[in-house]
Amino acid sequence: MPVLETAEGPIWRLRNRRETLTRWFVWFLGIAIFLWCWQQISDATTWFFVWDAPSIAGDILGRATPPRWSYMDNLWAPIWDTLNIATLGTIAALIMAVPIAFLAARNTTPSALFIRPIALLIIVATRSINSLIWALLLIAIIGPGVFAGIVAIAIRSIGFCAKLLYEAIEEIDHSQVEAITATGASRWQVMVYGIVPQIMPAFAGIAVFRWDINIRESTVLGLVGAGGIGLQLQASLNTLAWPQVSLILLVILAAVVISEWVSAKVRGAII
Amino acid sequence: MRAYAEGETHRELDDLLGTTWRRPPLVQRAWLRWTLLIGFAVYLVAAIASVEVNWTRVYEGLDRGAAFVMAFARPDFVSRADAIWNGMLESIVMTVASSVVGILISIPIALGAARNIAPLPVYLICRGIIAVSRALQEIIVAILLVAIFGFGPLAGFLTLSFATIGFLSKLLAEDIESMDKSQAEAIRATGARWSQWIDYGVKPQVIPRLIGLSIYRVDINFRESAILGLVGAGGIGATLNTAFDRYEYDTAAAILLLIIGIVMALEYISGVIRARVQ
Repeated sequence: MPVLETAEGPIWRLRNRRETLTRWFVWFLGIAIFLWCWQQISDATTWFFVWDAPSIAGDILGRATPPRWSYMDNLWAPIWDTLNIATLGTIAALIMAVPIAFLAARNTTPSALFIRPIALLIIVATRSINSLIWALLLIAIIGPGVFAGIVAIAIRSIGFCAKLLYEAIEEIDHSQVEAITATGASRWQVMVYGIVPQIMPAFAGIAVFRWDINIRESTVLGLVGAGGIGLQLQASLNTLAWPQVSLILLVILAAVVISEWVSAKVRGAII
Repeated sequence: MRAYAEGETHRELDDLLGTTWRRPPLVQRAWLRWTLLIGFAVYLVAAIASVEVNWTRVYEGLDRGAAFVMAFARPDFVSRADAIWNGMLESIVMTVASSVVGILISIPIALGAARNIAPLPVYLICRGIIAVSRALQEIIVAILLVAIFGFGPLAGFLTLSFATIGFLSKLLAEDIESMDKSQAEAIRATGARWSQWIDYGVKPQVIPRLIGLSIYRVDINFRESAILGLVGAGGIGATLNTAFDRYEYDTAAAILLLIIGIVMALEYISGVIRARVQ
């Protein structure tokens, strides 16, 4: 225990001198980095606009209320599109994620040396790029519209679903697999009767969880032109139609809350 | 699962003898299973029918798609090096600053949102802040903040800080709520003040989790900072958007590779640090 010797006797300390100095140095470095970052942001900011912000915020709020409820008639079709983007995208992602998960899990992969790293690379690459960027890319390739949104959501979700699924596969109870193997089952039969029943609840949970996230993401995909309610949001923002913007934001908020509620209910019923 | 009366199981087993065993279905009730299946099929047909796909456009796009995939083989870091470097730096600066500020703000809110520490009014207010922050997506917050504060990284910084508060406070508050009471009580029994009680009774129990969550959030903030540029809130997203607009796939590929690389590095570092503190 570090003790400081003084004329009046020893005083207990939490850390010795070197640890204390190291700690101070790390804090100093951290604060210096933060201040430098803040300096960068501050330099890139027009402070005049910032001081003006409260009045602008009040102005926008004044224009945005009350929401233009009659615009709701134009929103039903985009809402349907948004739902389709999320649902079809999730289904497509799951279809692709299942084989990748089986290839990535240590206990089911055919080759830990060659195929597993490739599967892991697909998982990381699809997961680390946001669906908006995928949408941007797909719009450049296959043109704007709902289809690009579906594909963007699907690609983005592969990594997420496959990662959670392969972790579930790695955690299965091995004795059940052995029992099926002992009956003389083939590789595929072992999979169907020994592994799949064990990961089925996890699979359903992942599917619903990701569907919930995808509803959120598909509401904003339209900002880059990939269909759904985001298109209306972008159009309203461009024409500064704030009463429509506030209505759309309310609809998005409602969609997020409802999908979260549905997902929580379904997951509660499964688990 | 229905409970069987005495002897009934045996009768069922007798009935089953000689028949083939079938796997039990995921949904036990037959009518519910069929309703779900048919409803889902009807929805699928309706949904797929309503999606308009311009297949000639898709077919024409395949060349560009191939060009893009090829671009990953020879990404171009050089010809727009300045824009990439500035965008990346701005993304990183926004990530660092917003993570620091977001974490600092979320600690008091987490204390307020833990039912075993905070009185009911404070609890409700803090939970309200968390709910609002979690319900609004980053990109929508960014749009509003850009409209209010003007273009630039300040809007992105505020967006990410705001999003960090909802994420971190919620998880930290849950951790505080599930902490070991006896340690906190022992500190309180020594006659500690409220601040000392938090410092010696609560803090040591939640600090590993706080560090783990913070690093995870830095990772998320970087990923999000990459898209905020699409709406004018600073960061690499603006550069990426320009690259796509100009069909400069090799530059776009370079940016995407950089993002993937940094995210992988961050994930690795966060894994190492989390393993050390927990």
